[in-house]
Amino acid sequence: MSYDVIIGLEVHVQLQTQTKIFCGCSTAFNPDQPNVQTCPVCLGLPGALPVLNRHAMRLAVKTALGLGCQIAKFTKWDRKQYFYPDLPKGYQISQYDLPFSFDGHVDVDTGSGEPRRVRILRAHLEEDAGKNVHDESGRGRDSQVDLNRAGTPLVEIVTQPDLRTAAEARTFLQAMHSLLTFLEVSDCNMQEGSLRCDANVNLHVHQPDGSKVATPIVEVKNINSFRFTEQAILHEVDRQWELFQKTGKTIKDAPKTTRGFDPDRGVTTPMREKEEAADYRYFPDPDLVPVTFTDADIEAIRSEMCETPVSRRARFLGEYQLSAYDADVILDQGRAVADYFETVAKGSGDPKQAANWVTQDVLRELKERRLTLDAFSINADVLMSLLKRVSDKQLTIKSAREVFLLLLEQAEEHAPSTVRIDAIIAEKGLALVQDTGAMETAIAAVLARNAKAVADFKSGKQAAVGALIGQVMKELKGADAAVVREKIIAALS
Amino acid sequence: MALPLDTVKKVAGLARLQLTDTEIEMFSQQLGGILDYVAMLDELDTSAVEPMVHAIELTNVLRDDVLAPSLPRADALQNAPKQDGRYFLVPAILEG
Amino acid sequence: MGLSDLSASELLDQLQSGAVSSREVTQACLAAITVQDTAVHAFLHVDAADALQQAAAIDERRVRGESLGLLAGLPVALKDVLCQQGQPATCASKMLSGFIPPYDAHVVTKLKQADAVLLGRTNMDEFAMGSSSENSAFGVTRNPWDLSRIPGGSSSGSAAAVAARMTPVSLGSDTGGSIRQPAGLCGIVGMKPTYGRISRYGLIAYASSLDQIGPFGTDVRSVATVLEAISGHDPRDSTSVNQPVPEYSKSVDQPLTGLKIGIVPEHFSAGLDTEIAAAVKSAIDVYRSLGAEVREVALPHAKYCIATYYLIACSEASSNLSRYDGIHYGHRATSFKNLNEMYAASRGEGFGAEVKRRIMLGTYALSTGYYDQYYVKALKVRRLIRQDFDAAFQQVDVIAGPVTPTAAFAIGEKANDPLAMYLSDIYTISANLAGLPAISLPCGFTTGGLPIGLQLQGRPFDEDRVLRAARMYEATTDWHTRRPNG
Repeated sequence: MSYDVIIGLEVHVQLQTQTKIFCGCSTAFNPDQPNVQTCPVCLGLPGALPVLNRHAMRLAVKTALGLGCQIAKFTKWDRKQYFYPDLPKGYQISQYDLPFSFDGHVDVDTGSGEPRRVRILRAHLEEDAGKNVHDESGRGRDSQVDLNRAGTPLVEIVTQPDLRTAAEARTFLQAMHSLLTFLEVSDCNMQEGSLRCDANVNLHVHQPDGSKVATPIVEVKNINSFRFTEQAILHEVDRQWELFQKTGKTIKDAPKTTRGFDPDRGVTTPMREKEEAADYRYFPDPDLVPVTFTDADIEAIRSEMCETPVSRRARFLGEYQLSAYDADVILDQGRAVADYFETVAKGSGDPKQAANWVTQDVLRELKERRLTLDAFSINADVLMSLLKRVSDKQLTIKSAREVFLLLLEQAEEHAPSTVRIDAIIAEKGLALVQDTGAMETAIAAVLARNAKAVADFKSGKQAAVGALIGQVMKELKGADAAVVREKIIAALS
Repeated sequence: MALPLDTVKKVAGLARLQLTDTEIEMFSQQLGGILDYVAMLDELDTSAVEPMVHAIELTNVLRDDVLAPSLPRADALQNAPKQDGRYFLVPAILEG
Repeated sequence: MGLSDLSASELLDQLQSGAVSSREVTQACLAAITVQDTAVHAFLHVDAADALQQAAAIDERRVRGESLGLLAGLPVALKDVLCQQGQPATCASKMLSGFIPPYDAHVVTKLKQADAVLLGRTNMDEFAMGSSSENSAFGVTRNPWDLSRIPGGSSSGSAAAVAARMTPVSLGSDTGGSIRQPAGLCGIVGMKPTYGRISRYGLIAYASSLDQIGPFGTDVRSVATVLEAISGHDPRDSTSVNQPVPEYSKSVDQPLTGLKIGIVPEHFSAGLDTEIAAAVKSAIDVYRSLGAEVREVALPHAKYCIATYYLIACSEASSNLSRYDGIHYGHRATSFKNLNEMYAASRGEGFGAEVKRRIMLGTYALSTGYYDQYYVKALKVRRLIRQDFDAAFQQVDVIAGPVTPTAAFAIGEKANDPLAMYLSDIYTISANLAGLPAISLPCGFTTGGLPIGLQLQGRPFDEDRVLRAARMYEATTDWHTRRPNG
């Protein structure tokens, strides 16, 4: 018997607003100072009322547009009711039957050539809960509740069960990370919980008669890393397969259950089942009013969006003829590095060279200096000027590297600039000699001094020219070796 | 018609209300009576009527993303039945 | 003549002229509370020192010639459902016993800006659920006209305190009649403005889509002045409407010409006490004599309003009251085995019977399988009720009728029959469902000496016309000048 793995994800993304979704408290990650970012609204105090954050709504729409979703013309907020200590109102403000967006898709590279299209069922905007800190001593001491996070704006993205392997799920999450950071809607910091997911997993087991039988669906909740997502699904697949072989239980025999992932042991574990079946009693929040969008509103948001990483990758491969590897290295660094690359590629006229410099020299220096790009002293215009001199044959690549390092070394005293590039070239005599008069004089002098090599060449020893080129180059300090070679051969024939 | 006692208990569970047996019995009768009364709404054909959630129907009320002062922690915690000066405290939440 | 014989608008004139100081007025109120409130029990909390300090500060500023607010020096009592920083707000519930809000409700901010003196906090039906004060966890408030009777509710203490002249004005909240019904039963003026006219920020919610704050006073002018002071847009309440606030205090005395008054025949059918019917009919005759045109209008869905109201209000209440879980504030049980038991025990102990009943009804109406049948159905009928009013207001300017089917009933009379209690709100509830402004004002007395109220309902945001129509009647009658034991 064999089986197909069926995976759907629910991805929770914290939006990067200054303030919470329904009040003016900060959304900064601040676990060391619990309960200092709260107010009557996010504490759920009697009498306090929510008002929707305009920027959160805007970022949510950007997210949905990035996922190729439709935007609803009319959307509203509903209360999802359940009791939990991190939920101070006894309900979460969320969206039930009229989410602000629906019907999108993301294409995931499966590595096998054909991308996997993952359909997005819906994306809705809601408030995050606070955080419960449990006593780990096992002595049953009180749990602690921190409401700093309560009310952070969250977009929940729900996929159709279109993923087929744990690796695909991981790749999908990575694509989401790339997309959402590119769009600057979320910092997607997984350690801080800005991007988390729940995975719904089950198996479709092939039967000897050609039919398929589905195992019960398990939801693995609150996974907060790419690796854990992959591990959790892999474990869940093995576990369900073993269980199915043992018990033969199908989706008709058991309801959906929820499990958590224990990263230390690499296994999923059952979560406490609620005493009664969940009945969230959703109903429209009477404290909030609906939001409507016109086509013009949606187009205005779309027009201020940057290109998605997927379309940018296609353009890098086509327009700039980059290798898939280089394109991915650049895009994985995020939007700032990609923008930097494009400025250099366009201005220097040599995109491949630009890609080499960005992926090797720039990234190496950033890493060594532990800098982000915005703190890097050589900005895109400066690197562009430098590489332009290479493509204009005013400078060798080797000399350009020397200039690059000197610019960095001297950055404290002299901010790197085009003027500085030219000053260093002049100072070090690195300019490629374009003046044919000077080159011919130098060649004549070298030929005159090296009668033996000249004779060797003329007698057929082609290799003899090498030594002659070397000497000319030395005399000129900066010259294009190919031109020098050409001119020496012309002079000798 | 009285609401079945099991239904009363189930609803009380959802609402997290501990009820005495006397209360369960009383609510079974009273809620049953109220539900009989509200059944009069079934006389009306409302298939073409839009639900009216708000008394005055507004749309697009939003605020700018501007920080406002938060409460000092002591004020946030001051009404909590149990707190340790940093956190609200609750009986251990069992997770497994 | 003592200070307590004066209406708020008269007191404001005297305060402004310097004839009396705010300290004197406040002291007179505190003295009246000392004498009368043992019997009436309108107040849950009076911070005398704080009130006198506020009054003294305003007097000082007046002496210095500073410009002062619309209510400068006037004592105002607050229903215990409104948050005032540093003062208890219990909603007359054991659940919130000891709760001190760290913030001011929008109306409290407005009152402070108007330089009012915040006098104390008044008793109510627990969480504003009830029509008699019998649901207060802290004892019943008595009707100053007959101490064996209920004062109405849920804003029981706010109405009784004004009726007994313990405060010139007060604020209440009205979800299904909780201002107008006690105003009617206590022989004073009370108004529920249009939904959205006054911010609900800091009003502890019962049913969010129906709740509105409003003033009580001994006459229409006083109510108009307080309404002007507390109305206006608040960006912290998404349902607060951004509409200019007319100067009600200035326009209230201008009579309306060509006023068209609607009456609803069904209001005078079975269930209405004959003395009340007669009083209301003679009030309508007064309007005729003042030149108003009176015509019948139809509100075909009026009979569905109580069923609609209880489904919507209880559904919203079941959700609004979920926050009382014994964790972040409020009562926590002492005996429980785990978290779930803590929730259930805390809520079971903290809430009274009526609150539990409404949470149960609302939880049921929102639960899987019943949501469309009950909650959504009620929302649809709500629109039909609103459409009835829209049609009626094409023909008339205000609709006049009774406030309550009977005068104040005896304490205990309906305590064990919730449905009978609910039916006492039959004339007031539809204004909440439709979001309309409505006022209750005195229009007579039963032979037993109990006050009778007249209700006027108007178009949305047409408070100005409702107040002027009310004042027209009041100016030609003297019901509002009568007082208990006087």
